[in-house]
Amino acid sequence: MTKNSSKNKVIVIAVTALNAIDSPGPGVAVIRAIRECPDFKVRIIGLSYESLEPGLYMHDLVDKTYQIPYPSGGTDSLMNRLKFIHEKENIDLIIPNFDAELFNFIKLREKLKEMGIRTFLPDIEPFEARDKIKLYEFGKKHGLLVPKDKIIHNVKELSKAIDEFDFPLVVKGKFYDAIIAKTEEEAENAFYKIQAKWGLPIIVQEFIKGTEINIAALGDGEGVTISAIPMRKLYITDKGKAWSGITLDDEKFIDLAKKFVKVTRWRGGCELEVMQTADGKSYIMEVNPRFPAWIYLTAASGQNQPASLVKMAMGEKVEPFTEYEVGKIFVRYAWDLITDIGEFLKISGNGEL
Amino acid sequence: MKLKKNIATSEEGFIFNPSTGDSFSVNPIGTEILALLKKDKPLDEIIEIMCEKYDVDRSIFEKDLDDFTSQLKEYTILD
Repeated sequence: MTKNSSKNKVIVIAVTALNAIDSPGPGVAVIRAIRECPDFKVRIIGLSYESLEPGLYMHDLVDKTYQIPYPSGGTDSLMNRLKFIHEKENIDLIIPNFDAELFNFIKLREKLKEMGIRTFLPDIEPFEARDKIKLYEFGKKHGLLVPKDKIIHNVKELSKAIDEFDFPLVVKGKFYDAIIAKTEEEAENAFYKIQAKWGLPIIVQEFIKGTEINIAALGDGEGVTISAIPMRKLYITDKGKAWSGITLDDEKFIDLAKKFVKVTRWRGGCELEVMQTADGKSYIMEVNPRFPAWIYLTAASGQNQPASLVKMAMGEKVEPFTEYEVGKIFVRYAWDLITDIGEFLKISGNGEL
Repeated sequence: MKLKKNIATSEEGFIFNPSTGDSFSVNPIGTEILALLKKDKPLDEIIEIMCEKYDVDRSIFEKDLDDFTSQLKEYTILD
């Protein structure tokens, strides 16, 4: 028997965000990357919120699925459900992949650890510091370029904010959505539209013109970047999601990710959304606190970030990657997965599949 | 004036800039010029080679080459 038993033992990993739809969650891509790693054997437990998340029905990727309560239900109901699932499955590791659920999982981290369930998540301070609403202050503190913004709570504050920025400016929701406004009237319309959908506050942000670059990064929690892969979207859906993308060769994006991971001591995966201006400045537009949906590209280009996360979570030392393939392209596609009513009834009725 | 080291080109005239993710297509003459730039040939020598090979007015070719290299610089393909 070898000292490192992870090669022999089957690691039971629970993964969320199986909604591989047109605006996809990362779960299916995370599982695909983990399954491709030859260094360990896994049993994958899907954790779903809805009965029609496509990943539920991908039985070659997901061994068993359980529904879990929505994040708005709080930590108690989530914990109760996880206890039930753990009794049946003996989970070794949970990889949550939705922004909205991360807070609950971070809160439950210690309790899960006591139950023998590992996680590999950022601490609550860096998780909250990179929030959209606090990102400008975060950037200022750490010498990272972030567009100027103003957080507003009513439409009166909008005109004050407009005085501070030139048009065009960006009106953003606290969770999702961003509208570029070229006039005061457009800004006001955007305010009401986003308020109706996502509530208050609203973020008014300086418009940065440039090329959008996304960086998938993995931190070890001690300030070391294990992997960073920059990608440029080649095809964008009407929801602004990458339908195709290509890995880039530019050290400054890697350095930017390394700086972010270092100052936050980020543990786990994250995605930096960067705007590269014509005069060579790299603005951090947003930091997503989990792997992006295109994470499989990291595995395809030689740095399997989800598999490396599994290894670190299981206590293995992982050395930072130094090489990856530049010019590796992903092209997403839609596929009509066929299932039977019986399967749909199982997950809808019993909450298991 | 040199082609950046990491620029990928194909014999069919496809250019890929791995720093930006931009890709371009050029015609066969552009492809020949890129191949010469890739061999670090100076512009004077490129003019000599091309004017000898093709029936072209030297001043017109010089102007066209200047336009072409300006575009390559704009797209950060040339140093």
